[in-house]
Amino acid sequence: MDRRNFIKLGTAAGVGAMVLPVSGIAISAEQMLDKPMDVAFKKKLADIALNTAKAAGASYADARIGRYLNQFVTTRETNVDNIVNTESAGIGIRVIANGTWGFASTSIMTPDSIAETAKKAVAVAKANSKFQTSPVKLAPVKGVGDVSWQTPITKNAMEVPIKEKVDLLLSVNDAAMSNGANFITSVLFLVNEQKYFASTDGSYIDQDVHRLWAPFFATAVGPEGFKQRTGLGNPVGMGFEYLDGKEEDKIKITGANVGYNKSYDIIEDAAAAGKQLKAKLKAKSVEPGKYDLVLDPAHLMLTIHESVGHPLELDRVLGYEANFAGTSFATLDKWKSGKFQYGSDIVNLFADKTQVGSLGHVEYDDEGVKTKQWDLVKDGILVNYQATRDQVHMIDQNESHGCCYSQSWRDVQFQRMPNVSLKPNEKDISAEDVIKDVEKGIYIAGRGSFSIDQQRYNFQFGGQLFYEIKDGKIVDQIEDVAYQSNTQEFWNSCVQMAGKSDYRLGGSFFDGKGQPSQVSAVSHGCPTTRFNNINVINTARNV
Amino acid sequence: MTILSEQKAKALLSKVIAFSKADECECNLDGTLGGNIRYARNTVSTAGEESDLVLAVQSTFGKRTGVATINEFDDASLQKVVRRSEELAKLAPENDEHMPVFGKQKYVESKTYFKSTADVTPEFRAQAAEDSIVPSKKNKLVASGFLEETVGFSAIMNNKGLFAYNQATDVDFSVTIRTEDGKGSGWATRNYSDVKLLDTAEASKIAITKSKNSVDAKAMEPGKYTVILEPAASVGLLGNMVNNFGQRSADEGRSFLSYKPKEGEDPEKAPKNRLGEKMFDERVNIYTDPQHPIAPTAPFEGNGYPRKHTDWIKNGKVVNMPNSPYWAKKTGVDYIPGGGNIIMDGGNESLEDMIKNTRRGILVTRLWYIRSLDPQTLLYTGLTRDGTFYIENGKIKYPIKNFRFNESPIVMLNNIEALGEPQRINGNMIPPMKVRDFTFSSLSDAV
Repeated sequence: MDRRNFIKLGTAAGVGAMVLPVSGIAISAEQMLDKPMDVAFKKKLADIALNTAKAAGASYADARIGRYLNQFVTTRETNVDNIVNTESAGIGIRVIANGTWGFASTSIMTPDSIAETAKKAVAVAKANSKFQTSPVKLAPVKGVGDVSWQTPITKNAMEVPIKEKVDLLLSVNDAAMSNGANFITSVLFLVNEQKYFASTDGSYIDQDVHRLWAPFFATAVGPEGFKQRTGLGNPVGMGFEYLDGKEEDKIKITGANVGYNKSYDIIEDAAAAGKQLKAKLKAKSVEPGKYDLVLDPAHLMLTIHESVGHPLELDRVLGYEANFAGTSFATLDKWKSGKFQYGSDIVNLFADKTQVGSLGHVEYDDEGVKTKQWDLVKDGILVNYQATRDQVHMIDQNESHGCCYSQSWRDVQFQRMPNVSLKPNEKDISAEDVIKDVEKGIYIAGRGSFSIDQQRYNFQFGGQLFYEIKDGKIVDQIEDVAYQSNTQEFWNSCVQMAGKSDYRLGGSFFDGKGQPSQVSAVSHGCPTTRFNNINVINTARNV
Repeated sequence: MTILSEQKAKALLSKVIAFSKADECECNLDGTLGGNIRYARNTVSTAGEESDLVLAVQSTFGKRTGVATINEFDDASLQKVVRRSEELAKLAPENDEHMPVFGKQKYVESKTYFKSTADVTPEFRAQAAEDSIVPSKKNKLVASGFLEETVGFSAIMNNKGLFAYNQATDVDFSVTIRTEDGKGSGWATRNYSDVKLLDTAEASKIAITKSKNSVDAKAMEPGKYTVILEPAASVGLLGNMVNNFGQRSADEGRSFLSYKPKEGEDPEKAPKNRLGEKMFDERVNIYTDPQHPIAPTAPFEGNGYPRKHTDWIKNGKVVNMPNSPYWAKKTGVDYIPGGGNIIMDGGNESLEDMIKNTRRGILVTRLWYIRSLDPQTLLYTGLTRDGTFYIENGKIKYPIKNFRFNESPIVMLNNIEALGEPQRINGNMIPPMKVRDFTFSSLSDAV
């Protein structure tokens, strides 16, 4: 175990050194199972915050009392590197005073400390209001009184004994190493957000949110150099049942990989990784040029995330993220025209925070708005954005989209991406049906290197596994593939996708945004999809 | 109050250690206090203050270690957290790579704390934002920026005689200023330990100039160009390279520093890594130094081991590679911790001189969204952003559209033409660099 409050994974990941943000403090496994604070007590504390803020001059206030639990288990080959249990508890108080936001938070949850923190939030708002030019305008939300919600899980991962988790990961390592990998790091990330939201609108919302991710990073070394392969499983808004690896959740692509739907056979995937690594060491390097690409869901999810999810965040479009993540090519004039062809007419992209099993699934967002589903791109045309209560009036709407989130009680909530997904083909064709019509193409599975500009025009993506397609058949495993494109051109080159049986959720467990930077978890659903005539480059180089 | 004095931290930790029955007991006490302000569209968007104090106790029996933490500090709570860490240690699997904690250490003097930064108020932050917004508005431009300051302390004590304490302050400011029509964008950043050095108006002036001058950028063909990289443009590539300097991954054959046996060479007898090899231009000197006067860091690592000036690259040659205590012992070398900053020596040329001495080249303000393409060659991709200009015959001719690059820092540090005076960025010291044959692979429409 490591007492420092971060985990650093080595370069085995294929994603470079990865420092994972872990706010909070380490606690024992049994403490993770302590009952959350009594709801009536939380309500009492929240009311102290709301009443104090109002008395100090706030026109609106909300309080988030949170207990955020994380468990991270890291193994390396035959060794357990790290078992970290962290807990972070406290209250974050957000207010509007003189038409300006103010925020303060504390881990000391005594009535005096909460009142003092509420006053501090109002003082911050008032200090900033001197330079405020346009007052905050909130879309109306009707208070819902006392309500509660929990992620639908069947096996609470926090209750699974540490030994079982360690044994699973060591079996994963053994499977990879017995089949060709020389090194492997496997990790289990568990998150449980126990969060209580109260606002001066009259809402008292208690939610218990669970998420899980089990990635691995395997490496094979040979005289040719070294190659890496990460797991093809997805982070999910589920319990430990995701790791059951049921046969009905496997989608096999002849000559290539196995894709995973609602559960994940991580040991099988690790064994496949070992074999594929050996093949990667000897695989031929791609010939650069134009190819038709067939992208599997565990890969395409990231392309959706970067080229649709981020550019349609309204705060980016309006300029609130200009100093960090950037702005967006999908400007308001394009949306207002009602004619902006984001993709070909078979492209339908939607936002949704109600999808079961997804990372973004909650009943209410972090400003008390009930979550929902809505269209972003319909029949290829840009039709809407993702917004919060204080933003929707800027796109002439009066109902928030429920996109407000904070990574902890300590940080202020702001607009975060909901699940953004691609609708499957109405005809329920398979991934192999999509491959069979391709004459000269590449099938790409798994997420690899990804990079996109600050307005989301130009992107370059790699992957984990690459297979050459010739005359409708997968023929060879190839290497050094990345494709470069422009968002609008790319989505307009979308010609076919598989149907609902192939639709799978992928996701990002640590999506970063904002200053100070915060992480959030978000899923993207899609079927295996074909894009024609895309520019492929070769990433191998002598230095 | 989350910031404890050295005396108070020592008293509290001594009490914790006295409760221990383990073979080894080591405690970390960390406190932070900070504030921030964020603005966009020429007005404040969010602002806040945060504080926290946490005690972590690590107990070890043999090779079994347990960690427990707490944020209550009465005697009963302190005793409870020690017992809990001991119970966890007894349940934990053996870690074959476990290494004993360090005994008493000597540290160099810390230079990381400035009272001025600890005294920042919400009003100060609001004024600093205003000093950036007002000139932007005057120029009919749109400012967005972020200012954050933190004061923190870190204390470590164990039952083998180690005690370490440090207080540090840090202030970060960045601003992006765009034209109203979105056709121009400029950026500047400042990072100090002492907030007295911060002048948000001065930094904003640079962003304003770049914003106005970057309007109506022309498209240039992708290809290899001589570039002048401002420190913000090279720090990402350099940071990625230094992060991949570790001895273990090199010895294991999975790093750009792994040694590839030559034809006919016995792999068993060949070195495992490229220590001692000249891999870069001889003007390249990169090291870590906790006492750097402008970019200091805490004088100890998270495990209490002292930090000291350590060269990574000297005159272009790899002279040290960081490792862990376990790997150092296994391979029979000294333990070399990674350090807390990257210091790169510079040269005499000013940025203006570099431009003046360039016949044909590109000035790059910063690089964005850098991602690894091939860890074997340290090939990275990413894009230029917020001020990219074409230089011809010693003068900036016109703004150009942003490029995607596919390049390796190894190539960058071999193709150096000139180095300027290092500047502090993200806690590091990096010089402006003029580099030939930098590879741009495609154009971006992003502004």
